[in-house]
Amino acid sequence: MDFFLEVLIAGLLSGVMYSLVALGFVLIFKASGVFNFAQGTMVLFAALAFVSLLESGINFWISMLLTFGIMVLLGLAIERVVLRPLINQSPITLLMVTIGLSFFLEGLAQALFGNQVHALDLGISDDPIFLADYWENAPDILISSFDIFAALTAGLLVAVLALFFNKTKHGRALRAVSDDPAAAQSVGIPLQHVTALVWAVAGFVALVAGLLWGSRLGVQFALSVIALKALPVLIIGGFTSITGAIVGGLLIGASEKLAELYVGEWFGIGGIENWFPYVLALVFLLFRPNGLFGESRINRV
Amino acid sequence: MIYREAGQFKTTYADDASMLPLREDRWFIWGLLAVAFIGVPLLANDYWIGAILTPFLIYSLASIGLNIITGVAGQLNLGAAAFMAVGAFSAYNFQLRIPELPLIINFLFSGFIAAGVGVIFGLPSLRIKGLYLAVTSLAAQFLFEWLFTNVEWFYNYVSSGSVTPAPMDVFGIAIDTPISKYLLTLSIVAVLTLVARNLLRSRIGRQWRAIHDMEVSAEVIGIKMAQTKLLAFAVSSFFLGVAGALYGFTYLGSIEAAAFDLHQSFIILFMIIIGGMGSLVGSFIGAAFILLFPIFMSQVMHATLSGVVDQGMLGNLELLIFGALIIFFLIVEPAGLARLWQVVKNKLRMWPFPH
Repeated sequence: MDFFLEVLIAGLLSGVMYSLVALGFVLIFKASGVFNFAQGTMVLFAALAFVSLLESGINFWISMLLTFGIMVLLGLAIERVVLRPLINQSPITLLMVTIGLSFFLEGLAQALFGNQVHALDLGISDDPIFLADYWENAPDILISSFDIFAALTAGLLVAVLALFFNKTKHGRALRAVSDDPAAAQSVGIPLQHVTALVWAVAGFVALVAGLLWGSRLGVQFALSVIALKALPVLIIGGFTSITGAIVGGLLIGASEKLAELYVGEWFGIGGIENWFPYVLALVFLLFRPNGLFGESRINRV
Repeated sequence: MIYREAGQFKTTYADDASMLPLREDRWFIWGLLAVAFIGVPLLANDYWIGAILTPFLIYSLASIGLNIITGVAGQLNLGAAAFMAVGAFSAYNFQLRIPELPLIINFLFSGFIAAGVGVIFGLPSLRIKGLYLAVTSLAAQFLFEWLFTNVEWFYNYVSSGSVTPAPMDVFGIAIDTPISKYLLTLSIVAVLTLVARNLLRSRIGRQWRAIHDMEVSAEVIGIKMAQTKLLAFAVSSFFLGVAGALYGFTYLGSIEAAAFDLHQSFIILFMIIIGGMGSLVGSFIGAAFILLFPIFMSQVMHATLSGVVDQGMLGNLELLIFGALIIFFLIVEPAGLARLWQVVKNKLRMWPFPH
């Protein structure tokens, strides 16, 4: 039982990382209806940029700020160059253009910052914590302190985003646009500014995710592939819900680790976590075609 | 002048329903077939035949398969390579376990197995629409990659996981040289292209297009949604499966799961984007473009930049230009190169009096 709990908690915490990538997807999808396949590559791009700045001897916080600037500029550039000419195209065309974009960014990131795997040390210890040390009658399990830090960061990020969406003028404009672009435009909200803004915010989210992922796994090409797991997260949570992204991430993280452990043992073959999230998402879709928290749409002719 | 329908009268119903109503089109196709079947084996060298033309034909077939489901029927499929893998591994296992099965029948059966798998993964499309469907195909992609890497039965317990098909023959003729492999591939692709062409201009093809354009209206005018969609998945996967079998048997000469990864799926997707969604000609043009462009680009870059930057950088630049090209095409010509082909044809019809 303790072992089960340990795997469950480790899974939940790693799910937080998926949620972080999924958040970026949700933001862009809500505001512009673009399913941004390149979000994973943006995560890689941010991490690579940050590490390269850090390695060239720039102070930690300054390189953080610089990377933030780069990501915002990148987001703005993508919006201006790639997506603005494609306004009113079908969602599938938009998806495909972001697949092209992810190829472009992969090439660009590695051409600018090199192919090799970088180590990234955020200065956060990764010591296992014994819950029993702190709690009288806690179960006898180990938790990674880095995972806890990642979870706290994600929580903070979501809180900041929630404040931004609910309390600021720009955030409210963004919600209005995601609700009904035509109505938002008619009350005088500049659509293009909002889209540009949301790409910048997504760039920031990618930076946070990139830092956490990067210090976990090393900053490398594989990051953009792992980030694909954000897709089943989105499917389970729904494309339009931030809560959904969080819950979906936790579900995927926990279930894939448990599946690897128990189902994998039953099959006698490892590596189940490579496909399990997708199949889980598929099963979810059969029962809730719009995800757990997604809005259901009525199709009219 | 050279390309016009004036004076070509359709006097029978058969004429009206013929596949290529224009005399010029017929000549063009026959000429193309003559060049492909006779000219190429006589003139081209083994490198061109084995390393460029054979994969071009196979990728064209795969593009046609993906085009049927994504371009024509509008159901997004990001896991085309998974169905190719199913075809390839089925063909290998048929050959291994039922050696007396003729090669053509083997490919046919492998296609059917892929079609069956396609139907299973098409089932969710009855409930799930649009982008959500992408996850179905990704599930197929990752599931089959895992299956063909981890379940040893599929690759006959070979430790490397990469298997080599036994020598092939068709009607007693050994298929062992690049030219014979090319001719086998060409024959299969030609026949299947004919099948696809006729499917697309028949009732079934029109139903698929109707689903693509608007599902609700298609259902309202009486198109049976489940049957039509699943048929599209089956036919598309059949084409992909045969393409996969050919990819392993006549092009690579070996079969392994790594050859059918997500990147391969995207390559085929790019072929239909650049070639033209929903267009058969586009499948061929797209395959040629995506296949030839990296070769051309690496030649150019080696000639100009080889001393300046290293090999890894060249790879990155290729990726970069490739991505930029996809974006460029989608912005400038969302209908793909096939549209340009159409424009040229229309211009030729009018030439030299454009009004």
